[in-house]
Amino acid sequence: MEATTYNYKVVRQFAIMTVVWGIVGMLVGVVLAAQLIWPDLTFGIEWLSYGRLRPLHTNAVIFAFGGSGLFAVSYYIVQRTCQVRLWAEKLAAFTFWGWTAVILLAAVTLPMGYTSSKEYAELEWPIDILITLVWVAYALVFFGTIVKRKTKHIYVSNWFFGAYILTIAILHIVNSAELPVSLTKSYSAYAGVQDAMVQWWYGHNAVGFFLTTAFLGMMYYFIPKQAGRPIYSYRLSVVHFWSLNFVYMWAGPHHLQYTALPDWAQSLGMVFSLILLAPSWGGMMNGIMTLSGAWHKLRTDPILKFLITAMSFYGMSTFEGPMMSVKTVNALSHYTEWTIGHVHSGALGWVAMITIGSMYYLIPRLFGRESMYSTKLIEWHFWWSTIGVVLYIASMWIAGVAQGLMWRAANADGTLTYSFAQVLNTMYPFYGIRLLGGALFFSGMLLMAWNVWKTARMGRVVNDAAIPQAVLA
Amino acid sequence: MSDFTSGFWPLYISVITALSIIGTWVFIRSQTTRKLQPGEKPELIGHTWDGDLQDFDNPLPRWWLGLFYGTLIFAAVYLVLWPGMGNYAGLLGWTSLQEYEDEVKAAEAKFQPVYAGFMKQDVATVAANPEAHAIGRNLYLTYCSQCHGSDAAGAKGFPNLTDHDWLYGGDADTIRATITDGRAGMMPAMGEALGPEGTKEVANYVLSLSGRKHDARLASAGQQKFADNCAACHMPDGSGMAAMGAPKLTDKVWLYGGSEASIIESIAKGRNGVMPASSQTLGTTSNREAKLHLLTAYIYGLSQQK
Repeated sequence: MEATTYNYKVVRQFAIMTVVWGIVGMLVGVVLAAQLIWPDLTFGIEWLSYGRLRPLHTNAVIFAFGGSGLFAVSYYIVQRTCQVRLWAEKLAAFTFWGWTAVILLAAVTLPMGYTSSKEYAELEWPIDILITLVWVAYALVFFGTIVKRKTKHIYVSNWFFGAYILTIAILHIVNSAELPVSLTKSYSAYAGVQDAMVQWWYGHNAVGFFLTTAFLGMMYYFIPKQAGRPIYSYRLSVVHFWSLNFVYMWAGPHHLQYTALPDWAQSLGMVFSLILLAPSWGGMMNGIMTLSGAWHKLRTDPILKFLITAMSFYGMSTFEGPMMSVKTVNALSHYTEWTIGHVHSGALGWVAMITIGSMYYLIPRLFGRESMYSTKLIEWHFWWSTIGVVLYIASMWIAGVAQGLMWRAANADGTLTYSFAQVLNTMYPFYGIRLLGGALFFSGMLLMAWNVWKTARMGRVVNDAAIPQAVLA
Repeated sequence: MSDFTSGFWPLYISVITALSIIGTWVFIRSQTTRKLQPGEKPELIGHTWDGDLQDFDNPLPRWWLGLFYGTLIFAAVYLVLWPGMGNYAGLLGWTSLQEYEDEVKAAEAKFQPVYAGFMKQDVATVAANPEAHAIGRNLYLTYCSQCHGSDAAGAKGFPNLTDHDWLYGGDADTIRATITDGRAGMMPAMGEALGPEGTKEVANYVLSLSGRKHDARLASAGQQKFADNCAACHMPDGSGMAAMGAPKLTDKVWLYGGSEASIIESIAKGRNGVMPASSQTLGTTSNREAKLHLLTAYIYGLSQQK
């Protein structure tokens, strides 16, 4: 007999873990920010040293927090917009336990010092294989559900999720090609500048497809839902979807400006990064303009504030990114704190805020409620997060530009004006402001956890939600 | 210099790049529909998902299309002027290597006169010149301070350059040799040979050499072991040997610490001090000799001060 309910269980599991991993990942980030001010903070314990915690932080926020959020919303959205229950639910359950196992293995192996040394792909080969299995299961569940959909057309969010699932599979498999020498050690299949290029083809598209395309899929569901308005332009969705995914693939070399990478590849990385500006802004515009006719809701609805502020940070980061890919700008910005600021305007301002806003919409519904326990707390969370991001990125911009200018400053006799230690000394106040901003953002996640806890206590667990009478699109 | 292994790949890159830019242009042009008239409302497209999710049919915004075309035009112009299309060099003939070499050349030409006068003077004269001292200090902060400290007072394992005590010698030629070729100060691990008790005895003997607090019984037991195992480098009286960089053990200067525990660790595990050669640090430009000269004078001058 055909299922008459949606599977909310796996959605809820991932949604709760999104909040948990958000807290864990951001806490590690706060510790790292503090270590840059007080290097002896963790008493010289090797497992807690900066070099080992840093990959733990990036993996935890991107793949644990962001990844769990994406699993949750993609399973929720694909069911509701296809008006069918998930296909192959046992596989869906496997993706939850498998993904959680990957995260736990990362949390153990990275502090122990096991690393492939590839940025954002540090996990060693046995974990890479587990990731591949989970991802294949994810693709089967997602596309299987699309295939058996009741609606005629495929909803825009699902285009974005589909592109992200396919591309991440390719990126992960190609970049993680490695030769194991033992259970805990492997070497990349590539060498020299080819290895660097494969790494940044992966690294940049992890940003592109994991942290952009996928979260745009999230945006395309929760903004029109929360605003109660139709999406601004169907045609814009189509055009920026294809152009974004097509152009992103070219942009990786901009991470390797002025390196051993051949000049032609550096140039292509730069010009396609500039072309990427319009496709990126297409998504921002479609999100923000969906609110036209309902702007007044921004005053009273903190969830909408999260979602729309996320779009603003998305627009800002995707302007900043192409600008930083220009060779002459990159010569100043590369290797400085500016890069850290840029990454966090995307990671906190865009990815985290769109996720947090979406979770505030989603979580009460998974506990049989219309809204969270406290809207006031969401409002507080919004302001703490926003002020936190602004402090973070503004301090890193100033620090980064100052750092770049100080590094290149030269005296009339040709010697450098500032030593490394002098530049570092200049960074301290900005590191302090960054720590404050990061701590504020992290504290907001604690408010969220409390709010989620109260919501869950007041509601009831919904494992299966009735599928409404199909409206055939 | 070609980056390609055959004539096929540059062609492949160029064709794909050109098709991508042109194809993107054609694509957005094909999706451009008429602007809404003033006052005209966008229509809903007839799909509905999940109860209420719908789309308007607004056309692509004109300013957005303008931005898109603008970046495509920029890309095309850039790829005509600069390298990008496979092995096509670009009309400007720019390469990053050439840019670097030009900058180095310009810097050498600009700074040569600053250094030329000092190159004719000996180290002691340069050391006494305040202008040279200022340049030397900047060079020191750039190249040396990471290990020897901003105040040149060193740290554990990194010698103090201001204390008149030299492992290899503090005359100008030796300082220059140290900077030029680097140093590898290796003390072998003696823990296995001496055993724990023997190590402790030798350590107490070493403590006695500089008149530090020690256990007289252990020290006298260690005297012969010192003579057998340590004296070859540190000399029978512990006065050290500059040719090997073997430290004097009779003074108050301790590179790795002078406590009993630190000395036991040094004896048992040995020490490996490495100073890199300037070929790895000062660069390979023609100003390198001048940098070496000024840096030698600066370091020399540090220990001439009271």
